[in-house]
Amino acid sequence: MHHLWLIPFFPLAGFLVNGIFGRRFSKGLVSMVAVGSVALSFAWALKCLLALAPLETPHVERYFMWIQSGSLAIPYELSVDRLTAIMLMVVTGIGSLIHIYATGYMHDEDGFYRFFAYLNLFMFFMLTLVLANNYLLLFVGWEGVGLCSYLLIGYYFLKHSASTAGNKAFIVNRIGDFGFSLAMFLIFITFGSLDFQKVFEAAKAVPVEVSAGMMTAICLLLLVGAAGKSAQIPLYVWLPDAMEGPTPVSALIHAATMVTAGVYMVARSAAIFTKAPIAMETVAWVGLATAVMAATIGMTQFDIKKVYAYSTVSQLGYMFLALGVGAFSAGIWHVVTHAFFKALLFLGAGSVIHALHHEQDMRNMGGLRTKIPITFAVLACAWIAISGVPFTSGWYSKEAILGAVHHHSPLMYWIGVATAAVTAFYVSRSMFMTFFGEYRGHAHPHESPPVMWVPLAVLAVLSLAGGFLFNVPHILEPLFPVEHGGHDIMLEIIGSAAGLVGIGLAYVMYVASPGLPDSISSSLGGVYRLVYNKYYVDEAYDATVVRPLVSGSRTGLWQFGDVWLIDGVVNGMGGFARWIGGGVRTLQSGSIRSYAAWVVAGAVIFIIAAGAIAGSNGGLR
Amino acid sequence: MPPIPLPTAVPLTYYLILSAILFALGVAGFLFRKSLITVFMSIELMLNAVNLTFVTFSYQHKQVDGHLFTFFVMVVAAAEAAVGLAIILTVFKNRGTLAVDEIDSLKL
Repeated sequence: MHHLWLIPFFPLAGFLVNGIFGRRFSKGLVSMVAVGSVALSFAWALKCLLALAPLETPHVERYFMWIQSGSLAIPYELSVDRLTAIMLMVVTGIGSLIHIYATGYMHDEDGFYRFFAYLNLFMFFMLTLVLANNYLLLFVGWEGVGLCSYLLIGYYFLKHSASTAGNKAFIVNRIGDFGFSLAMFLIFITFGSLDFQKVFEAAKAVPVEVSAGMMTAICLLLLVGAAGKSAQIPLYVWLPDAMEGPTPVSALIHAATMVTAGVYMVARSAAIFTKAPIAMETVAWVGLATAVMAATIGMTQFDIKKVYAYSTVSQLGYMFLALGVGAFSAGIWHVVTHAFFKALLFLGAGSVIHALHHEQDMRNMGGLRTKIPITFAVLACAWIAISGVPFTSGWYSKEAILGAVHHHSPLMYWIGVATAAVTAFYVSRSMFMTFFGEYRGHAHPHESPPVMWVPLAVLAVLSLAGGFLFNVPHILEPLFPVEHGGHDIMLEIIGSAAGLVGIGLAYVMYVASPGLPDSISSSLGGVYRLVYNKYYVDEAYDATVVRPLVSGSRTGLWQFGDVWLIDGVVNGMGGFARWIGGGVRTLQSGSIRSYAAWVVAGAVIFIIAAGAIAGSNGGLR
Repeated sequence: MPPIPLPTAVPLTYYLILSAILFALGVAGFLFRKSLITVFMSIELMLNAVNLTFVTFSYQHKQVDGHLFTFFVMVVAAAEAAVGLAIILTVFKNRGTLAVDEIDSLKL
């Protein structure tokens, strides 16, 4: 026993302490509890992993039988294998950094303790999710992180847009969770267990032709679940709105950890997915379509957090593309490097927003390079990493993905390369609009305190060197054998060139000749408006799903079903009883004589009846 | 002329008929009289009609049970008379009337 349960337990304890007593604590104490619990969790995870190395086979710890009903037996089991180990390090490591950053960022906000209580609760559920050894326990974590996401998006709950964004995230995720639940039912029916080892052993033994239909159904339903959590088409719409939450939340939950849960789940279920080629192809195309669509939207947005939100959606699409072509380890590699540079982008954006007193529109920024130099320096690291400049972390994982994709389908590869160029373009655009040119705003920028920029510096180092330091495909080799050895140097040159072209194009448009973007967007006209308005997807969902649902609920369920039918029946029963009672109550007049008259009448009737019966029985004897 | 045999006893039926008439008078008095005192007296009349029936049947069956019942009824009637008259006095004190129709607050 290595007491794996302590890893999620520390943040849970932090949540309970801050949630119950935080109101009376000083901000320093709340910060200490919150950061300390996550740091302890990180340390304990590290200790366990070092003790368990090299971890070629999964290490499982069973604590108790959780659910036992008929043939359904679900123990409370935590397990660690190399995939979990990577996720553990990402979640606790980046989680710790973001917690430290948040103590600075949230310092002047109301409900300081509430924020950190939720954040710790999120860490608990996320760690449960990655440590779970069966689908149901994973689902507990899955739902829990969804809850915390909802709570934290709606953190500024007095703001209407924040509370509706929280609702949107929660409701859209319900659709995905519905698919996930159905997938779990099918898994249980097919394999008779929800335990990872048992299911995957059974799945490996199944010949493709025997139950390909069932496997495909399971995988497509799992994909629905993953698409909800990881913001893929068609369920990605909640993630851009989720930027209503505080920026550390965007970084931790909506960039680095929670949204990669879908990727983790698919990679975890790789044994099932590899048996369902149609589902794999679907995953790849969904990912690719999401990557392209979100990247193009990202080019046109002006809210700095919205740009990074669409960037996250796009990068998640990349990860699904990798999973879909069977490059599970490349997908997870991108999860890791993306966690580094996207967390850094968001936290850096938070630092910019903090410096400018809650200004998020990039049109009101510019020229901040000299005003907040540390923020610029760290953001530049994230910028070149996500753009895929050679030997940064993003470059390694992106080239791994693109190489695998080329092996699978050259068409997908070229779309992927184009998306990489677009990615480099929109990130460079946001950097140029923010840090170059003349300052267009009115606030007085000030550099963030060290408690904020030190975590940024750590992330900056990881963004630059993360791909070099952590060779994820090599680590994951026992789980996901690398099929095609060797790097194609030509592909790497093409991929790197795409990123550099994107940066160059953005430089031309936003630094060299700043009038160019406006003239291009006006010459494109309708196309630009389509992309700027996010392809009108929200409007389309509103018209086809939300409005019919709302009006149907209002007229069909509420006014007909509830008010007319159910209330009608219930009130009708009451009315009927009152009507009967109204008739009978006149008997109770209060007049003694009328009572006596009824008694006499009753006695007379009784005697007559008795006489009649006696008569019919042959008279009195 | 042969002596006309005198009836040795009044036939039992007569007693029962008398009892029924007394009871009917009591019921009629209870239903139709206005004063609470008269109503109360009508109740006593009904009780005594019932007593008469008990005694009659007791004599017929040559058993003492009917007598016992009669004495019980008389004791209870005496107690009831005391309580009932006290109630009537109180009602009169509070309401200034003994008309049965006006004492009708025992309703919804």
